[in-house]
Amino acid sequence: MADLRPDNPYAPDRFPDRSKSVEFPPEAKKKFDYILTRYPNKEACLLPALHLAQETWGWISPETVLYVGTLLDLSPATVFGVVTFYNMYNQKPVGKYHLQVCTNLSCMVRRAYDIYDHLCDKLDVHPGATTKDGLYTVAEVECLGSCGTAPVVQVNNDYHENMDLQKMDALLAELK
Amino acid sequence: MDPIRVLTANIDKPNSMSIDVYLDGGGYKAAETALKMKPEEVTQIVKDSEMRGRGGAGFPTGMKWSFVPKNAPKPTWLLCNADESEPGTFKDRLLMEKDPHLLIEGMLISGYAIGSNPMSYIYIRGEFHYGAMVLEKALEEAREKGYLGKNILGSGFDFDITVARGAGAYICGEETGLIESVEGHRGQPRVKPPFPAVIGVFGGPTVVNNVETLACVPLIINNGAEWFKSFGTPKNTGPKLYCVSGCVKKPGVYEFPMGINLKELIYDHCGGILGDRKLKAVIPGGASAPMLTPDEIDLPLNFDAVAKAGSMLGSAGIIVLDDSVCIVDAVWRLSKFFAHESCGQCTPCREGTNWLESVLDRIERGEGRKQDADLLLDMSDNIGGKSLCALGDAAIGPVISSVKKFRAEYLHHIEHKSCLPETVRYRRLDVAVGAH
Repeated sequence: MADLRPDNPYAPDRFPDRSKSVEFPPEAKKKFDYILTRYPNKEACLLPALHLAQETWGWISPETVLYVGTLLDLSPATVFGVVTFYNMYNQKPVGKYHLQVCTNLSCMVRRAYDIYDHLCDKLDVHPGATTKDGLYTVAEVECLGSCGTAPVVQVNNDYHENMDLQKMDALLAELK
Repeated sequence: MDPIRVLTANIDKPNSMSIDVYLDGGGYKAAETALKMKPEEVTQIVKDSEMRGRGGAGFPTGMKWSFVPKNAPKPTWLLCNADESEPGTFKDRLLMEKDPHLLIEGMLISGYAIGSNPMSYIYIRGEFHYGAMVLEKALEEAREKGYLGKNILGSGFDFDITVARGAGAYICGEETGLIESVEGHRGQPRVKPPFPAVIGVFGGPTVVNNVETLACVPLIINNGAEWFKSFGTPKNTGPKLYCVSGCVKKPGVYEFPMGINLKELIYDHCGGILGDRKLKAVIPGGASAPMLTPDEIDLPLNFDAVAKAGSMLGSAGIIVLDDSVCIVDAVWRLSKFFAHESCGQCTPCREGTNWLESVLDRIERGEGRKQDADLLLDMSDNIGGKSLCALGDAAIGPVISSVKKFRAEYLHHIEHKSCLPETVRYRRLDVAVGAH
């Protein structure tokens, strides 16, 4: 299904395990049925369906790719192509708190890299990696569209604006 | 020039996102007026207002609408571009989070004018989770009050809006990239022609408008084209949101009549440069706009004047850089952005943006070669105009302008293997390439 060389950053961890069945829980299934009514064809529902899958399981596993493809009559390759094109679909499990630091120009001149380096040092993780306890993933991201209140750190879905090292430490203490 | 509160009239009201507050302020009156007119009349008023699209290209909105063929075999679509990913731009987020009904009313009127089929989409960038939630709630309220749905206000016009979330791709802010993404594909731009007005999303004629553009529409209907033209200068009309970020004391979104002087905006309204340092460069229209030097900033911020100065107003995302910022480092950061966001479809852009990034990085690290400044220009020449969409051209904007205007600083890096002494390090260079 995909290139599995270890240096390929887009490679999934493994091939899908076809013996494992994945299925939306009833609540998510209801949302999925609603999505189907909002678009003129099934293919257009792919992005919202993947968002829903990620909300449900936290990431898009190879099994999820197969499952979503089956639901929408799309080949796994098509679904996988879309998953790898868009940044926000996690192709590996992420920590409970996904710390995304914007380092684009407006944030950079407001010292975003200090926050980013500080996070990597303090949590002892490589960029993009997850701490051993599975609590935090640290990532550098492109412009979050909040340049007026730079620097910005997005934790899961929430923006934290006008950040500095003290505020970051205080925030980390809350995120347990 | 004094700041105005026209587009941003509601945003400071408590609970400004609720429909009750919006209705108290005269909300949805424009929709009532417009739905009693003929669609062509609505388009004509917008044409008369001479409004130019606020998304970046500055194309006249009324004209865009009139390109939609009548009696096309497939349904017509209205898409709102809320992808707002241009570094330095954060105006649409403010409008969507604080005044979502203004956008919804604007879409209702615009959809009526172009003869949209009953469904339309707001394509909002995936990171704006809160904005999407606010919009969903506002849409629900509008449906309850009968401003969306079937037979709106007894006019026989059916219209509804769905929030379509992106998933973190800058290229989906490009019109045809956005269309591909709404269709559920990878957001790779299409060949034009056919233009979206003829064949767009799901094969039908499509109009893609920016959030701020659509938010202006109710104001034009309520107050008339002449009122709209009273802001700004001929061909550059209306109220405009300016986003100022970077090294200024008071960054934020400012509203002025189109054409506020850039120098006045930075020094009088944004409080001047952070730490009273010296101004070094200004990017006037988001990351893709060529840089301006301090002696070039005495100009009105409208589409034509900024273009005449060799840059572009774009999305009016103004990034101010002071003399603590190393220009090579700043341009490297922008190039890294474009290299990351290139969709990979056209070779000159996919390969070229990565090469720009690595050459700029080696100059910044003191490993630059004598011919590198010219090499950057040569590479830019091989990217510009050679790809399907404007991303390649956007990527070379900051590179070419900085090499031309700050050549001495590039040569200093290459000769002395270090940045200018007055600059500050904003990132560590001791980490491996790619780790940052």
